[in-house]
Order: sequence, then structure tokens, then C-alpha cells
Amino acid sequence: MTAPLLEVRDLKVYFESERGRAQIVDGVSFSVEQGQALGLAGESGCGKTTTALAVMRLLGQGGQIAGGQILFNGEDVVQFDAERLRRFRWREVAIVFQGALNALNPVQRISNQIMEPMMWHEGLSAREAGLRAQELFELVGIERKRLTQYPHEFSGGMRQRAMIAMALACRPKLLIGDEPTTALDVMVQAQILDKLNQLRRELNLAMILITHDLALLRETCDRVAIMYAGKIAEYGRSDAVFANPQHPYTVKLLGASPDIHGDPEEARRVLTSTIPGHPPDLLDPPPGCRFHPRCELAFAPCHVTEPALITRGPDHVASCHLLENDTHG
Amino acid sequence: MGDTLLRVKDLRVHFPATRSWQEALHGERPVIRSVDGINLEIKRGEIFCLVGESGCGKSTTGKAILRLVTPTTGEIYYQGQSLYQLTRSAFRPYRRRLQMIFQDPFSSLDPAQTIQEIVAEGLAVHGLYPGRRERRDRVLQALDEAGLRPAKTFLHRYPHELSGGQRQRVVIAGALILEPEFIVADEPVSALDLSVRAEIIQLLLQLREKRGLTFLFITHDLALAKLIGDRLAVMYLGKIMETGTAASIIDQPLNPYTKALVSVIPSLHPVSPEQRLLLQGEIPNPRHIPAGCRFHPRCPVAQQEKCEVLEPPLELKQDDRYVACHLVPRPEGYVTPGIWEKRSRGTS
Repeated sequence: MTAPLLEVRDLKVYFESERGRAQIVDGVSFSVEQGQALGLAGESGCGKTTTALAVMRLLGQGGQIAGGQILFNGEDVVQFDAERLRRFRWREVAIVFQGALNALNPVQRISNQIMEPMMWHEGLSAREAGLRAQELFELVGIERKRLTQYPHEFSGGMRQRAMIAMALACRPKLLIGDEPTTALDVMVQAQILDKLNQLRRELNLAMILITHDLALLRETCDRVAIMYAGKIAEYGRSDAVFANPQHPYTVKLLGASPDIHGDPEEARRVLTSTIPGHPPDLLDPPPGCRFHPRCELAFAPCHVTEPALITRGPDHVASCHLLENDTHG
Repeated sequence: MGDTLLRVKDLRVHFPATRSWQEALHGERPVIRSVDGINLEIKRGEIFCLVGESGCGKSTTGKAILRLVTPTTGEIYYQGQSLYQLTRSAFRPYRRRLQMIFQDPFSSLDPAQTIQEIVAEGLAVHGLYPGRRERRDRVLQALDEAGLRPAKTFLHRYPHELSGGQRQRVVIAGALILEPEFIVADEPVSALDLSVRAEIIQLLLQLREKRGLTFLFITHDLALAKLIGDRLAVMYLGKIMETGTAASIIDQPLNPYTKALVSVIPSLHPVSPEQRLLLQGEIPNPRHIPAGCRFHPRCPVAQQEKCEVLEPPLELKQDDRYVACHLVPRPEGYVTPGIWEKRSRGTS
């Protein structure tokens, strides 16, 4: 096995606020190999976006990496200085956000916006950058002639494609998509994901896909990490995790996702046993397992000690006390 | 499931489009045909889902039913009463009986009002339960029914103090307090997290059971429509492409558009890649709806002589399944009348 392109080890991200310190990401580890796709899933506020932003060192005010390592090709991103970061972002890792309308500058032609990173980061001339912009547009499936248009002349799907073209401008090795298709219609979403998968094969691009749509992960990602309240609840090969979910949270989450090919009777039954309560306040997380206040299966140890990640199969771990005895028994 | 509660007949909603100078020069008045001639029948006590991609006219249809937008042509019959023929004042009682729940619980609540004021607003508008105490009791009851318990603790709070799911419950309470019979729910769970979504859906299902409510549920999420819908209609560019029992349409779509749509929806039981029908391009601009079948430019099986010329009617093709497509075979020996002729012949 080759060394992973990105390896995150025990990452901790804390945000300081007036009310104290929130442990938004608390000991998260995962890895992504070249050409592979990792899915990060979980409900709002579980820390999936913060994890991705930390990888790019894009945490906003008040946020800081409090511990852990982010190894990219063996180099620790946490230790990068400003100059190294400048080379790292866009040329090695790029990110596509959800709201493409807000991410594009409305008063600049799309072409200028795509050419800019190439000229800044790679020192290309305007002519060279223009040529590559044309190639990129072709790659993501937009006609070349539309390069000179403004964002408002693009549909939502095309804007998102343009964002992907822009992210690929400096040929990164890892592309992070933060809900890149959430605001789009299913057909457009399918078109864009097809394109991303094709790019992954052709350019051997690694991908981290952040979404709350588990079915989407099932179809696109080699591996998934299910996050809950800043921690990884379950992590492994996606076929294993979806075929045989181990963590009670994963089970509940899957039950709450209506599935197009599922049995509606069965789905309605599962729906009546949804996850009660709300995710915890991360300024004051519950002791023990962070999921225990919402877990029907919680027993004594869950209230006291934090569960460790337990191996449940080749390349499949879950963090739950219930699984401890199970391994031996 | 009972008799027909609401009937939409040949509804068209056209909006004036902004004119280009060329159009102005030629005196043209371009329109956007948002809803372009649809017929629906919603039965008492059912959840009827209207699905389709953005811009297909599903929300406009919902609003037109409640007279929130002005229709160009068409009729809405509610328990046989034509809603469009009523004067404003005669329509008022229907305003109460037909309610709407919107998608975004973050922008549909007035941030400066307390929950009590928000929920009681409908009562004030309709002049119901004028007594202070009475009104408060009704609010408490509605909050409780919407699952905000204990209801008392919510009365004096403001929307910003509530989570997304709780806000959506406030919106639902605001509708429930008027004791409606029919609710248009426009993407009521799309902005919510999975577990919260599940709770709200459960609530809506319970309300149908307990109160015998009828829903027109508007959503882009076909998986959700299959889960909660009794029947559904798939819209594309202002027309209904296919309608029938929710589960049967999704398990066995007949219209090529529905087929494609269903095939690309991510699933936990993925279909093989060969079965995916990825359409090229995007939905055409509703200003320039293609001639013939409006889906033909993107349709993988369109036939030049038929589909590009003739608009396919929505006709019965299988048990309880109406499809607008030239290429879906009709039942053997069946002379196809239009949807309305068939219906009237059956009932009279």
C-alpha cells in the first residue's frame, strides 16, 4: 500500500467564544489516498466543514488547531508558514463551497476569476491562463464562449461547474467539496458528480466530499466517516459501513434517510423511531460518549467513559461501548 | 381515502416576462408559462405530492390553488365550489380552511414577534376567539399539537431562540390554529437536518391521522414523496408528465423524464451504472418552451415526426396511471378520452 496523500491524525479544533471554549473537532483521524474519495457525513454542527477548513488552514477568527497533525504527502500542514501555505492552497488542495453564487464575484467576468489563481499561483501569462481556462471549461462541460460572461448569466448548475473549474485551475491533488451539489436539482447534481468522478479517474484526483446525504456518499465515496458532535462515530469502507452499520448513530441516521428504492412501509416504521433530542452544546459536551443522551441503547459506561474506536472488520471502525464485549464474545 | 376534495382544472399561470428591446419594438408581450394547463384531483385525507425540479411550476401551482397568485385561466373546485368565482369576502372562509406551510422557517417568522403573537395572528385576522384567555388557550393547544411541549414555555419566546425544527413547528402551529382542512406544504422539510426532518414528517403524518387533514405536498425529493405520498404528479416545465400512485410511479416510471429522474437519485441500494439515464443539458428557459412535447430536446427516445410536433396529452396508460408521452403504449383496445371525459363518464 502506498502512503496516503492526506493523513489527519487526532485533529482538534477549538473555537474561543465569550462563553468559553467549544471543541468543534475533537480528535478526528482519517486518511485519503490518491484517486480516492472520502465522504464526511453528519448533521449540521457535527464539525465536518470545520474539519475540511482546518485541512486548508482556513479557520476563521477564534478558531485554532489545538492539536494533532495534518500530513499532506508526509508534510505537516499545521506547521506551514504563510509562504508555504500560499503554495499549498489551490496548487495542492482546493475547495468548492456550497453557495456558488456567493463565492463568485458578480462584477467580474468568469474568465478573469478563473485566470486569477493561475496567474497568481503559477505565474502564467494572461494568454497561457486564458488557454487553460478554455481547457478547464471544456473539462467541466461548459461551452468555451461562455467564459466571458458574468456569474448572473449562469444557471446554478453552471456556476457550480465554474467553481469546480476554478478549483482545478492549478491542478491540485486533493479537491474538497463542501456540499457542492446540495442546492442543485437532482439531474444537475448527477451531471456534476459524474463529472467529478470522471475527473477523479482521469487526473487521479483525491476528493473529500462533505454532505448530509448518505445515499450520495454511498454512490460516490470509497470511504466514509460519520461524524457526531466533533468526533468520528464510525469510519470505514463505504460498502462495509452501509451494509453493516455498527454505531447506533449511523443506524439511526440511515433510518432517517428516505430511500428511493427502499420499501416505504419499512421506511415509515423506521421513521417513527427517529433520533430524539438535539446534538449537544459543544461548549459543554456531555461526559462519556457524546451520543449517549440521545442513544436508546446507552448503558452505564456510556455516561462515564468516552468510547474508543473499535475495529469491526478490515478497514471499518466504530466508537461505541456496546461493541467492546461483542468483539470478545 | 374518500371523495374528491379539490379539483384543479386546466390551470394556467403565465407571468409577464421582461421584454428585450427587439420584443418591445415588435410590440410583443413575452410571457413565462410557469403553469401551462394542468389538471389534478386531490382526494379527502390523502397526501398528494407534486414533484419536479426547480422552475417546473410546482410552487406556483400550490399558490394558485390558494389564490396567492392570479391564474391566467382555469378553475379550482373545492368541494365542488369554484374558488376563482368567489368574491374576496366570500373567499375569506376558504382562506381559513385552506392553509399553506412554507419551506424556510428562518425567514417566514417575524423576528420581532413572540411565538404567541405569531401563532395567534391567524385568529386575529379571521376574528376568531376574540377573548384573551380563549385565544391563549387556542395557542397553547396548537403549540402542543405541533409538538412544542410544554407549550407554555414557548409562548413568550422569540423565533431566534428556537432551532430550525422548532421554528417549523411554530409555522405548523400557526396553520393548525385555524383548524384547516387542506394544507399546501411547500418543501416544509428541505431546510432541515435529517433527524429533524424525520420528526416533522412524522408530525405531518400524525396530523393527517388525527385530524383527517388533506395535504398537497410540494417537494423536489422523490424519495420523500414515495415515503409519504399516496399519489403524486411529476411536473416538467409547467405540465404534468405523469401522475398516479406514488410508490408505483417511482418503482415503475413510464414517462422517459420520470424514468431519468428516478434513475439518478442517489440511493443506499444503488442501481447499476448502465441503468442510470443521465440527461444532457438543463431545463430550457420557460420563456421558450419547446414545441411538441416540451421534453423532446432532452428525451433519449424522442421521435422526430411525433414528439417534435405534437404535444402529448396526459392520458390513461395503465391502472390509475396517466402519462403524457406519445411513446408509452396505450392499453390494448382502449380508446383514450381525455382525463376529464373519462372521469365524468365513470362517475355519472
